[in-house]
Amino acid sequence: MATQALTTTVRRQGRALAGTGGRTAALFLVPFFAVFVIAMIAPVIYSLVLSFHSQQKSGLGFGEAKTVFVGLENYVQVFQSETFMEGIARLGLYCLIYVPCMVGGAVVFALLLDATVAKARKLFQLLVFLPHAVPGVIAALIWAYLYTPGISPLVQALQGGGIQINFLDSHVVLPSIVNIGVWEWTGYNVIILFTALQAVPREILEAARVDGAGEIRAAVSIKFPLILPALSVIMLFTIIGTLQLFTEPNIISKATASVTSTWVPNLWAYDAAFIRHNLNQAAAASIIIAGLAAILSLAVTRLSSRMNKS
Amino acid sequence: MSTPTLSRPRSTSPSQQGHRRGGPAFTRGMSNRGGGFASKLTVNGLLLIGSAYMVVPVLWLVFASTKNAADLYGTSAYALGNFSLFENIANVAQQDGGLFFRWLSNSVMYAGVGAVLGSLISVMAGYAFDKFQFRWKDSLFGFVLVGVLIPNTATVLPMYLLASLVGMTNTVWAVLIPVLCNPFGVYLARVYSASYVPAETLEAARMDGAGPIRSFFSLGLPMMMPGYITIALFQFVGVWNNFMLPLVMLQDQQLLPVSVGISIWQGYSVPQPEFTPMVITGSLLSIIPLLVAFILLQRFWKSGLTAGSVK
Repeated sequence: MATQALTTTVRRQGRALAGTGGRTAALFLVPFFAVFVIAMIAPVIYSLVLSFHSQQKSGLGFGEAKTVFVGLENYVQVFQSETFMEGIARLGLYCLIYVPCMVGGAVVFALLLDATVAKARKLFQLLVFLPHAVPGVIAALIWAYLYTPGISPLVQALQGGGIQINFLDSHVVLPSIVNIGVWEWTGYNVIILFTALQAVPREILEAARVDGAGEIRAAVSIKFPLILPALSVIMLFTIIGTLQLFTEPNIISKATASVTSTWVPNLWAYDAAFIRHNLNQAAAASIIIAGLAAILSLAVTRLSSRMNKS
Repeated sequence: MSTPTLSRPRSTSPSQQGHRRGGPAFTRGMSNRGGGFASKLTVNGLLLIGSAYMVVPVLWLVFASTKNAADLYGTSAYALGNFSLFENIANVAQQDGGLFFRWLSNSVMYAGVGAVLGSLISVMAGYAFDKFQFRWKDSLFGFVLVGVLIPNTATVLPMYLLASLVGMTNTVWAVLIPVLCNPFGVYLARVYSASYVPAETLEAARMDGAGPIRSFFSLGLPMMMPGYITIALFQFVGVWNNFMLPLVMLQDQQLLPVSVGISIWQGYSVPQPEFTPMVITGSLLSIIPLLVAFILLQRFWKSGLTAGSVK
């Protein structure tokens, strides 16, 4: 609906502005597409080329390495690498815990904020948004300290209550990193969802109230379905976001050995490039990660547009 | 492919919002009869707990930055030990001849250029997509949307590989050029242009003999200013928070932004705990500019979130 409306407006305006055609448009578009080609398209194409080649040394390992076309061999090696596949599995698990926690938390908080009895809405909005103003590196650092025994009030308090827990233990470190992501992103999405809730026509809610629906009932069966479109956009960006996972494990890996240098695919690719110095494999891994992102976002958009239609 | 969800601009028209804002006082007063004391307590209590989870870690950072290394490990977290905040700041400032402030100004430079110039580039493109008719418009916009959907980190290593091919790694350009590219900004700018700049105004300007470039800079851009500021703000935060790109591209410590710099200090603090107060104080100093920007520019980030996702 809205899309159609937009296109018609655009068309009408286009006709009105006859004479501002291709050449002017090009003038406005060239700067963007120039940086777009330099920063996105060219790097991806070059990596594709690199990923099909390999550096091979002569039999004795002396002399200049030669670049040889090896077809899909790098990709096969990446997929056969146990550490890479473990990273993918770990990322999947991360996604499974993180997405419901973060999105669920954001929905609940936004609905609470929109409840008629909520006080001080402005202040609460500002407070939940606070973590988003904290860079990922700093957020990871703060939590790394909050997880470290001896310095952390959290560990100390839990010990006082008789609970011994090591947040950086290899079995617990994944949820610990999920928590950092939840902390960073929930507030941001609360604001988006709260704005969507504000757009719900009050007449509908009033009618529901007259019909005897309580606050909770109204939230579940009226407000929630009406914010589904906003929710599907959030899901899309959240899932793309999880594939980016790099900063938090990179910082945490300095505080504990539980996070290895190949813990998630992005770390694996970084390790391939800068520790193992195998640029061709790093290129192949990057292409795999980008491809995975493309497939996932396609799937989510398809799914959400089907959901919105029905 | 992604058009169905992403190109659904403006759902809350200004009139609707106005209506919402005008209405609630009455409606809310009515519904308050429904909410008893217990539900008021539950809702606000839960909101308070949620906000505490968000705020307490930042508060810890503030308290921790007032302590020296001994107190950090020795005293309870929220107690004030010997107040050593200024001592810590002095240590941060003196380390490696003021390197920290060099990092901070690098961050300001990268984020500032990315925000001001990068957003201008995005706004120009978004304006063109909204206001001009040209061939391949839809397919070009499709490229922009694909750009929105590719995760940043997936292109960082490819960018590094390309930059090392042309010998650009370890220069400011290796960070500055990529941050100018903001496809999401183009998408937002198209939405803003559609809702802020009426075609009639541009038509009138054209009648008066203004060329398209002149009417963009003297009419379109000023009318889109709130949108421009919003895009710039988000771009500023994005670049300020960027970690993987500068980590990969830069080796010279003099060129690092503060995010990578602090992570290097964190690396030092593992064998040398006396570095820990500096990491903590440095972290606090590096988030203050962003906190201030967010509180002052609340109006803009809220409108940015609305335009980007709800519509």
